[in-house]
Amino acid sequence: MKIVDDNPSALTALDRPNSYIGRAVPRPNLRRLTQGRGQYVSDISLPRMAHVAFVRSPHAHARIASIRTERAKKAPGVAAVVTGADLAKIMTPWVGVLTHLKGLKSAPQFPIAVERACWAGEAVCAVVARSRAEAEDACELIEIDYEPLPAVTNAETAADPATPVIHKELGDNICFERTLDAGHVDDALASSDAVVETTFVFGRHTGACNEPRSIVADWNEGEQRLTVYQGTQAPHMMQNLYAKHLGLAEQQVRVLTKDVGGSFGIKVHSYADEMAAVAISKLLRRPVKFVADRIESFVTDIHARDHRIKAKIGVKKDGTITAFEIDDLTGVGPYSVYPRTSGIEANQVVSLVGGPYTTPNYRAKARVVFTNKNVMSQYRAVGHPIAAAVTEGLVELAAAKIGMDPLEIRRRNLYADDAYPATSASGLRFEKLSHHESLAHLDAMMNYAALRSEQKRLREQGIYRGVGFASFIEVTNPSAAFYGVGGARISSQDGATIKLDAQGNIGVHTGVSEQGQGAEAVIAQIAASSFGVPIEKVRVVMGDTDNTPYGGGTWASRATGIGGEAAWQAGKALRANVLALAGAMLQARPDALDIVNGAVVDKGTGNERLSLAELARVAYFRPDTLPPGIQAELVATRHYVPRAWPFAFTNGVQASYLEVDIETGFVKLLKHWCVEDCGTVINPQLVNEQVRGGIVQGIGAALFEQCLYDERGQLLNGNMADYLVPMAAEMPDIEVGHVVSPTSDSELGAKGAGEAGTAGAPACVMNALNDALRPLGATPLTDMPFTPDKILRALGKV
Amino acid sequence: MNGRNVEISLTVNGETVTESVEPRRTLVDFLRENLALTGSHVGCEHGVCGACTVRLNGEIVRGCLMLAVQCNGAKIETIEGVSDSGEVADLQDAFEKRNALQCGFCTPGMLLTAQELLAHNKAPSRDAIREHISGNYCRCTGYHSIVDAIEAVAQQRGRR
Repeated sequence: MKIVDDNPSALTALDRPNSYIGRAVPRPNLRRLTQGRGQYVSDISLPRMAHVAFVRSPHAHARIASIRTERAKKAPGVAAVVTGADLAKIMTPWVGVLTHLKGLKSAPQFPIAVERACWAGEAVCAVVARSRAEAEDACELIEIDYEPLPAVTNAETAADPATPVIHKELGDNICFERTLDAGHVDDALASSDAVVETTFVFGRHTGACNEPRSIVADWNEGEQRLTVYQGTQAPHMMQNLYAKHLGLAEQQVRVLTKDVGGSFGIKVHSYADEMAAVAISKLLRRPVKFVADRIESFVTDIHARDHRIKAKIGVKKDGTITAFEIDDLTGVGPYSVYPRTSGIEANQVVSLVGGPYTTPNYRAKARVVFTNKNVMSQYRAVGHPIAAAVTEGLVELAAAKIGMDPLEIRRRNLYADDAYPATSASGLRFEKLSHHESLAHLDAMMNYAALRSEQKRLREQGIYRGVGFASFIEVTNPSAAFYGVGGARISSQDGATIKLDAQGNIGVHTGVSEQGQGAEAVIAQIAASSFGVPIEKVRVVMGDTDNTPYGGGTWASRATGIGGEAAWQAGKALRANVLALAGAMLQARPDALDIVNGAVVDKGTGNERLSLAELARVAYFRPDTLPPGIQAELVATRHYVPRAWPFAFTNGVQASYLEVDIETGFVKLLKHWCVEDCGTVINPQLVNEQVRGGIVQGIGAALFEQCLYDERGQLLNGNMADYLVPMAAEMPDIEVGHVVSPTSDSELGAKGAGEAGTAGAPACVMNALNDALRPLGATPLTDMPFTPDKILRALGKV
Repeated sequence: MNGRNVEISLTVNGETVTESVEPRRTLVDFLRENLALTGSHVGCEHGVCGACTVRLNGEIVRGCLMLAVQCNGAKIETIEGVSDSGEVADLQDAFEKRNALQCGFCTPGMLLTAQELLAHNKAPSRDAIREHISGNYCRCTGYHSIVDAIEAVAQQRGRR
């Protein structure tokens, strides 16, 4: 285990000459983005392209009695008006279930509602016109008779016999349930010196990507082929879905993903309106474009969290945590989202609560119910922020109750750094974590003792500051255990193909994709290091199902750990091919040669023998000069999937330091720290920026973000002015440190880092708030987001 | 709607442009759709997120809150223009070096906003930088790296 700096100067253990592993190499794709020369889907325009706008249900639940389209069809610029019934003829409905989430059920969902709309915002009719403005004009002319149906909007009562069932054929409104009972919870609680019991509430929030969901679908009737330009995290998954539901072979579908303006899990799902756009292109035999506007984004982009968890912890006077118990309820909207389902978040909560701690006694119950609100599914850090807030909230409440320092109670219960491999109470398998090392590093980095004295001193002056912590674990590098075993055609493996061109440069074709995390840079760094060329000689090709190896894409913190390992192996394979050829050309043993800095060299002396440009020239243009029987093979492909562990767990710890204005309830975030362990760090700058960005999204959940619904199922704040996201002025500087425990499942040893920030931030902001307000006798805050009015209520001021 | 179109003439990135536009067309839609200048982005369409920030007669405005017809006779500068002129080259370098962008969707607006700040305040504090860019939402970075990059450029320019 070792600590790495922001910019370590020395090479790392991955001992290739001129290695880029562990270096903060700038991303090769940034210049076009800083110049405004990126290509987002919303920028794309094709010949004969028409624009789609949707009429959306104003009711949370209603029967669609009739749709009159005559006036709209005659409106200027209108090419077609398309209903759910029209599309049902060419596109089959889908059901978002996974067989390994036992009992998970959902109802068939159509691209455009047929007969019934099940949430306010569901598309009911589409207009296709020359421009988006004309399509929207014509939407105003469509007359729809709705017969409102009772709307289920309260998750607490959704499963009651008196509540109407949203989908009659399902029998009830229960989507999924899971229970777990490990150890002896009742005995453990009975033998505890203190038990803390509380209810945590997590607001329903969403990703609010700066670029709304966008799609351009182009069915070419002559080629019988569909090309889809889409800002998605999983191009091959989408290829499969379009083919499957349009009755095409996957070969007939090409998905192209260029620049994506933010994703965060929002863009890893199928969306009915995007499926509709694709079907409309096929129906009309022309390209169509749909770009969600901001209100459409709020009422249709998946929402997440919205959990209510009754939770309990037992603790002994010496700090030993005896048991955790949770009862989770979440309302996910009227459909389980396809194909990843809406059961995963609750499932993750059950799996992850208590995860950093050795406590063997753990009981959990989770219930996922259908409601007539927008659908919910996986958003960045799926389940982790909830599990971490419940666990870490309980731990700090327990520590306060027994009068123990919050870091000390953790030291006494976290898995020891030499305890691995280990299996958690919920059955999670940990290969190698570093909770204690991380905690010690954090303690030093933030100068904890000094902060505590400052806090004490300021309290005497009536200034209320708090320090809060959150230890966490994160699921990364998922194997087929995540989706594949449940029957979803979502690839857990990824491939990389590396080609040597005629000037000695390489092209790396990878199945992982880029939405800003830096996957392109990471893949380039890995391929350059593995093969042996300067990074300027590497070009990465991604986001194109026609031109990349089959892969899963970028989600669940998998791009570096899985796609990166495939690129590492492909680089090695191509190096072996090139050295075999060079050996023949130089009459040398291939194993006495290496590739360094773009040239074949003598391994022993490092002396250059042959440039790659010269080798490529001979191989491509003068193969006649090669010895007989020598065929140059200058393309290599390798695939990789984690096999030894279902997931590569990472870990870390965060701290928040904040000040509460007890008169106004306003919170000033002063500083935030995170130490995390994602194994081998390929690019420390990119890891740090993933962590920082993730933390700020977690802070959004803790303090600002919430999709507010009324009892009729109407979203009340579907715009960027009323739905608050973190802005620069409110955010603190964030310090990031690392501990490195590589996974031995791959040669690179890299795990994921995309969600660690989001996983821990809400928990530690909550704990810091409660720490700040504790001397005032405030009721502990456990209902996110912690808006000023809730803080004043906790203080008994309103 | 052609019957109600209005002809406007304006300068965009130094070029004179004459176009017939619907009165309801916003400035950012005009730039993106009439002129295919897609560097200015549409994020929220109601003046909150700042992705559509462009310069109108030397001052930054929200391209989604201006109508194209209001810009008749005006001088507009977009990210494409300030990139080609080299005006924000140091900011672009700093953003790239510091990874002060991830998805890049907010970046053109962020750069123009930063450039305006540095035009008026040669040595802004981190808090002043944060305050000034608060009308430009970034969902990816958490802002820290953006503040670092702008601060670094302020220092560089101060040394020149």
